[in-house]
Amino acid sequence: MTGGTVAVCILLVVGLLGLIAVRGLAHFWPADLLQASYEPPGMEPLPVLGEVVRSEMVASARLKSAGLPVSTDRPFYQRSLLKLGNRDLYGSDFRFVLDDWLKQSRYPVDVAVFERIEWGVAYGFLQEVRDQGQLVASGAQAWDEFLQRQAQVNAIRQDIRAIEKNQIGAVNYELERLRLRRRGLELDGNADPAALLEIEAQEQAQNARYRQYEQELVALYAQIQTSSIVLHTVEGREVELPLAKVVRGYKPNAMGLFGKMRHYLLKVWEFVSEEPREANTEGGIFPAIFGTVMMVLLMSVFVTPFGVVAALYLREYAKQGFVTRTIRIAVNNLAGVPSIVYGVFGLGFFVYFLGGSIDQLFYREALPSPTYGTGGLLWASLTLAILTLPVVIVATEEGLARIPRSLREASLALGATKAETLWRVVLPMSSPAMMTGLILAVARAAGEVAPLMLVGVVKLAPSLPLDGNSPFVHLDRKFMHLGFHIFDVGFQSPNVEAARPLVYATALLLVVVIVALNLFAVRVRNRLREKYRALEY
Amino acid sequence: MTEQSPLTHGIDVAALRARPAVPRVDDEDIAIRVRDLNLHYGDKHALHAVHMQIPRKKVTAFIGPSGCGKSTLLRCFNRMNDLVDICRTEGEILLDGKNIFDRDVDVASLRRRVGMVFQKPNPFPKSIYENVAYGLRLGGMNKRRVLDETVEWALRGAALWDEVSDRLHDNALGLSGGQQQRLVIARAIAIQPEVLLLDEPCSALDPISTLKVEELISNLKKDYTIVMVTHNMQQAARVSDYTAFMYMGDLIEFDNTDRLFTNPARKQTEDYITGRYG
Repeated sequence: MTGGTVAVCILLVVGLLGLIAVRGLAHFWPADLLQASYEPPGMEPLPVLGEVVRSEMVASARLKSAGLPVSTDRPFYQRSLLKLGNRDLYGSDFRFVLDDWLKQSRYPVDVAVFERIEWGVAYGFLQEVRDQGQLVASGAQAWDEFLQRQAQVNAIRQDIRAIEKNQIGAVNYELERLRLRRRGLELDGNADPAALLEIEAQEQAQNARYRQYEQELVALYAQIQTSSIVLHTVEGREVELPLAKVVRGYKPNAMGLFGKMRHYLLKVWEFVSEEPREANTEGGIFPAIFGTVMMVLLMSVFVTPFGVVAALYLREYAKQGFVTRTIRIAVNNLAGVPSIVYGVFGLGFFVYFLGGSIDQLFYREALPSPTYGTGGLLWASLTLAILTLPVVIVATEEGLARIPRSLREASLALGATKAETLWRVVLPMSSPAMMTGLILAVARAAGEVAPLMLVGVVKLAPSLPLDGNSPFVHLDRKFMHLGFHIFDVGFQSPNVEAARPLVYATALLLVVVIVALNLFAVRVRNRLREKYRALEY
Repeated sequence: MTEQSPLTHGIDVAALRARPAVPRVDDEDIAIRVRDLNLHYGDKHALHAVHMQIPRKKVTAFIGPSGCGKSTLLRCFNRMNDLVDICRTEGEILLDGKNIFDRDVDVASLRRRVGMVFQKPNPFPKSIYENVAYGLRLGGMNKRRVLDETVEWALRGAALWDEVSDRLHDNALGLSGGQQQRLVIARAIAIQPEVLLLDEPCSALDPISTLKVEELISNLKKDYTIVMVTHNMQQAARVSDYTAFMYMGDLIEFDNTDRLFTNPARKQTEDYITGRYG
């Protein structure tokens, strides 16, 4: 009976993970592209080219009521969802087709896929490569020419991104600081002309730097904007694409198994290491991974000392009476409070009260735009720290209770005070229990979304909370989070079908991140256990 | 008034209380004087007006049946009973003429003067070296050379050095029970206390380890005043110079060990050591 229950539980977990993995990871596979003529009875034939995303059986009555000319003699029809791409031309990426009406299906070898910065992918047949409107290569040579130019363009695009993000980002950061310094001087009422002049000079230096970068950018942009490609879509339209807008091109039908695997790994790597594009439906989710991990680590830093000190007080110092019992019950009940309530508390207490006060005291010059008086990494971590505090307290208390009395007496008998005994014997020996509490806390915190939406998580953060501008760690910044990313991509996305596999992929990644964090903590705990095995005798 | 219950084994407890045993300590230098010590655990009166004088640099053994208060009395000497919330003490214990229950006595420094070894060996889950150095580090000693010397000295003093000198930095929990017990004795003498309290130090050990610890006790009495609790009367007879027999919270008889075992002044003592009850 119990064995059966355990087996069912394991099956459920494995099944769930398997579903997420299959749905999420299949997204990156370069599937073959199908070309066909779609011929519903009594309608114009329509040439289609695209990837079969999924197929399903649909009752004919349902299709009929949708206005399709199907015969009701057959109970079911097979329906497929085709990803047609070329959203700029067709208005939507996806189209449902009935398999019976697809005629002349084939998989042409020279069909190409172009991933673009905007408008999703383009499917078509490459005709020409042009430079400033002049024909450079066509026909068979066009593809090689395209690949070569594409590599150059991508390299230049990386340079552009580096300049825009790092150099110009640093200039903007400096300018903002100078602006705030000037504003601070004005607010203090002692607009010392010398200081103002110095700020002015620095501002001009930064502006000069900015103009220099701007010129570099103009030159780089000019370089990549010359090339373009011409492709024919399946219905014969001619489309010219500037290469600057194309991220990557490949021919899935011409790829072998190894080529596809290489491409697949490349896409997966892009997913975990790049920033998102196109309302989070393209590109990667690196900022969300980074934000999640950093928030969980910060939370651990906050919750451990708080929880341990509270547990020490409750177990070792407080008189065990009515008040202590009440506190303990309250702590246990805190674990059952819905997380959104913590979010509201965090918003009211941390963000508006604490953050608002900090702004009033230290960031007056930035007002009315808030610095700490708005959601941010610090407040999100603190909110989650409070949310997970009960877990750490309870686990630590249990650990403290398990330290044998004989060891405490041994220390006391050697002339140690109570505090010395706690610090040198009891705390080190109960550290595995603290780690257990922390593991549970991490498991709970990493998956939490609801409170975070109120205290600092955003759909798209312009910069990471950790960067090269001093003071390097920016706890006031808003950040991205995998859990919220799932919600955003899955339910707020304008392009539902394109976003769906990303939801699975992101969910898988969230699970992986949580498992990794937990495994790390478990390893630390096992090491500590090994070190303090005394509890066993 | 005579209490007659099965637990008192026919002893006239009321009569005993009225006439406390007169300790006979033959012209010794006295380290600890216990005067009219009463101890209550909540409602339970655990020690009844104990008077006692413990001679310096001798081994004094407490014997008596389980629950008679000998461990409780022992734990009074370094105020370990303070850890029990419901425990209340009256009377005085003079250590070198100073009452240890006085308000101005610092318990931590008292415990550095009165070391204690417990029934079950309780080394810390640290290395052998760190176990012995624990008390020194508490005292603020961090000089490597002094620590090394003291650790070696204490381990030699506890007759353990030859067995562990090549693995000082191994975990102390890897030692055998007898070695662990000698290790905690080394840990106790490392801070050079004046008095060493041993609470049934051999009860968890095998006969060979017991023998080693007993030899150790005989050697240690050259430098320390030793008070030990034991269940084993042969052990008391073997190692101690003075023996106190306690019963139901009363000190029944306290005398030179040879005299107490060969010629007890009281019938209750005689009954106990000849195994007629207890």
